Amino acid sequence: MEFVWFIFLPIVAAIIVPFLFRAIKNVHTGWFVLLVPVVLFIYYARFVKGILNGEVHISELPWIPSLDISFTAYMDGLSILFSLLITGIGALVVLYSIFYLDRRREKLNNFYVYLLMFMTAMLGIVQSDNTISLYLFWELTSISSFLLIGYWFTKDRSRFGALKSMMITVFGGLMMLGGFVLLSIMGDSYSIRELIANSSSIVGHDYFTLAIVLILLGAFTKSAQFPFYIWLPDAMEAPTPVSAYLHSATMVKAGLYLVARFTPVFATSEVWIWLVTGIGLLTLFWGSFFAVKQTDLKAILAFSTVSQLGLIMSLLGASAVAYHVTGEQAAIFKVAAFAAIFHLINHAMFKGSLFMVAGIVDHETGTRDIRKLGGLMSIMPISFTVAFIGSMSMAGLPPFGGFLSKELFLTSMLSLREFNLFNFDTWGIVFPVVAWIASVFTFTYSFYFVFKTFNGKCQEHALPKKPHEAPLGMLLSPIILAIAVVAIFFIPNMVGKAFVNPAVVAMQAGLYAHPDDIGIQVSAWHGWTPELMMTIGIIAVGALLFITMKRWQKLYDIQPQYFSLNALYDSLMVFGETGMNRLSRFYMTGLIRSYLIYMFFFIVTITTGALFIQDAFSVDMDSFSPVNAYGIMTAIILIIAVCMVLFAKTRLAAIIALGGVGYSVALFFVIYKAPDLALTQLVIETVSVALFLLAFRYLPSLKNHGETRKIRLGNLLISAAVGVTVTLVALSAHSQKLIPSISQYYKDTVFTEAAGGNIVNVILVDYRGFDTLFEIAVLAIAGIGVYSMIKLRLSRKEKSDESE
Amino acid sequence: MKANDVILQTATKVVFFIIFLFSIHIFFAGHFAPGGGFVGGLLTTAAIVLLLLAFDLKTVQQALPFNFMIVVAIGLLLAIGMGAGSFVFNVPFLTHAFGDFYLPLFGETSLHTAMIFDAGVYLVVVGSTITMIQSIGGES
Repeated sequence: MEFVWFIFLPIVAAIIVPFLFRAIKNVHTGWFVLLVPVVLFIYYARFVKGILNGEVHISELPWIPSLDISFTAYMDGLSILFSLLITGIGALVVLYSIFYLDRRREKLNNFYVYLLMFMTAMLGIVQSDNTISLYLFWELTSISSFLLIGYWFTKDRSRFGALKSMMITVFGGLMMLGGFVLLSIMGDSYSIRELIANSSSIVGHDYFTLAIVLILLGAFTKSAQFPFYIWLPDAMEAPTPVSAYLHSATMVKAGLYLVARFTPVFATSEVWIWLVTGIGLLTLFWGSFFAVKQTDLKAILAFSTVSQLGLIMSLLGASAVAYHVTGEQAAIFKVAAFAAIFHLINHAMFKGSLFMVAGIVDHETGTRDIRKLGGLMSIMPISFTVAFIGSMSMAGLPPFGGFLSKELFLTSMLSLREFNLFNFDTWGIVFPVVAWIASVFTFTYSFYFVFKTFNGKCQEHALPKKPHEAPLGMLLSPIILAIAVVAIFFIPNMVGKAFVNPAVVAMQAGLYAHPDDIGIQVSAWHGWTPELMMTIGIIAVGALLFITMKRWQKLYDIQPQYFSLNALYDSLMVFGETGMNRLSRFYMTGLIRSYLIYMFFFIVTITTGALFIQDAFSVDMDSFSPVNAYGIMTAIILIIAVCMVLFAKTRLAAIIALGGVGYSVALFFVIYKAPDLALTQLVIETVSVALFLLAFRYLPSLKNHGETRKIRLGNLLISAAVGVTVTLVALSAHSQKLIPSISQYYKDTVFTEAAGGNIVNVILVDYRGFDTLFEIAVLAIAGIGVYSMIKLRLSRKEKSDESE
Repeated sequence: MKANDVILQTATKVVFFIIFLFSIHIFFAGHFAPGGGFVGGLLTTAAIVLLLLAFDLKTVQQALPFNFMIVVAIGLLLAIGMGAGSFVFNVPFLTHAFGDFYLPLFGETSLHTAMIFDAGVYLVVVGSTITMIQSIGGES
């Protein structure tokens, strides 16, 4: 079977989940859901070997072929790595959630449906070769994460966090779509592979920089980069399995994936390198600095995720430098790409386990407030061990995986000084300095997280629950991840060969021919290098900061609440609501008359304006049909009927006169040989007069609505203008014969193609069947609208009657 | 107030069926002569409106015990289902097929899938217009 179908496996499984939840009460629904990521993981694992040898797989599913849009799944080193992370961590998270979420109290059917939906969306992002389908899946992750963050929707904070994350990520997604459209204009394709192949023709195009900025907006919002990171801490209102999955291992990495994927297209741009590296580094510093301020366990982790994402982002930016240098120098810069992917794997492992531990602590003690916690080491020894391993990896200490990737990170940042393009030779020194400072804070918050929670004195009276070790099932997933963290340290080159190298080849297309060409060897002991010196410095200063934390933490109070990005977001939202409200109240008067005036006014100005600008008025008197006596008579009747409508004193008279107008139009159709239209018009006129009569019973008698002479004059002007416009448009349309009329085509093909004799009907049901389909849908909606409006009003009336 | 409209009621009883049959005729004739689902549906509506005018709402509801909202739903499903049926044959949405068949009683007849679509239009038109009229008229 084509592997593109497997992307949709989770969402198909999601259809069954609610039924399972209802039917089988005794078994936790999670056990069934667990099958999906496990099956997918095993399935994707089969690809690893082939991709190791430089193979790529393509599987296509046409979607809108006429617009060159398809679900094309593309499996190379980058896709396979992400797919394995999504399904692998996904499986562990589902396993964890089985013990975390109570099957009797939680709405598991909702939870797993959203989670599976999310899984499909993520797999779709990382495997899409088509930018449009990538965008589709991208927004699907925003929507499913919105639903997951708001899972406990009765809590205000959950709803706030869900909305915030959606506002920001969807904004970025829309910008990204714009970037994709520009890319497709420049590269003449929606396929990412073709865009990479055409990248030389894209460079230097007028839209090039704009496309970079737009696409990076998408990546930065999704990956919580500065200043868009503010949604991530609020997203921590989600259940912990969600935080572990979406907000550390997968969704937030979608932005990194996007940057990695588009590196070959944009690497030649100065803007790209500066933006990605700079924003990444800024985020790294910002996140690590503010993580120490937090008091909620999950908030610390959220800020640490922000900073780690920034770290990987800056590495991705540095990896683009490799496209600008050749020869021996190139080897130095090629480390960055390797480091980025390697750290991405490490981060998924240790952060996943840390989130799960935070959830365990929350679950077993009832609080996540680090000020109340402490001394849990002896009560929860296994959780402590896992947390310790995760934190030390995060701090970048041996013998844990994080140490290796952090050393590589420092190497890459140091090497940026050597780059002598785009002002890097003068500004390059900033990179290692900021990286070092940020790493110091990373060290501090890692210690802060683990030792404030598990070390010290236990304040049992402050805890809502009596703490005890979590059940084994809940510990299983974090333990597996912790083992992986340690294992990576001892077998870095195996991980590098199997996962990192193929991903780097995919990410830096064109630089390598085969995954084996990369040849970066990771070693735990790399001699007395500057990196090692920096690490020793980090440990020394970080430990000092951790010990003296109480003294300098006051620094954070300097920044006033109202001067933060969160406050900016809040005021933007408030302004949006009140401002728009005021704007709409300004023109929504509640009078249909006003709305009609707006509409007619715009129709007249836009149509006549456009026609004048285009110089499209032309009246050709010669081609008119001859007017016969019947026509003149009907016209006279029509005019009389219209005047009667205008001067009618009662509604009944007005309706009858209006009917007269309709019937005379029908007569015109008869005279000009359009029996079909005439028939329809006649019946419609009959039914609508009946409807009018029904409605008119409930209307107050016709009276003057305080219309002054001025308003009447305005109405007269507008109606006259509309009449003139429509007449002019009709005359010009009739006179312009730039393109041959389509009617001949219908005449020729109506019998051969559709085997019909009545062109009108064939057009309705066949040639323009889509129109008709949507028209009847509109009709149905109108019917339901009328029904519900009247029934609603009735039931409200009954209610008020009862209360009286 | 109860109006004495014996003549209207008696005439309606006959005329209703004439209009209804005519609407059916116009619906089927639509592919070759003036007519079709839209007009046919409107004509049926007109016939029902006549019933409503001659008798009161309750009597008509007893005589035609349909929920017209469901008629709308059936119509939409027919139209969409007919369009989606084309997926089975791997052709674009709403592709129609037709052919000549020999049917007993009717003889040589041309049958179209477009007619199923048109029947959907017919049902939606009847359903939604009657829904509107019934809900507006049934308010008091």
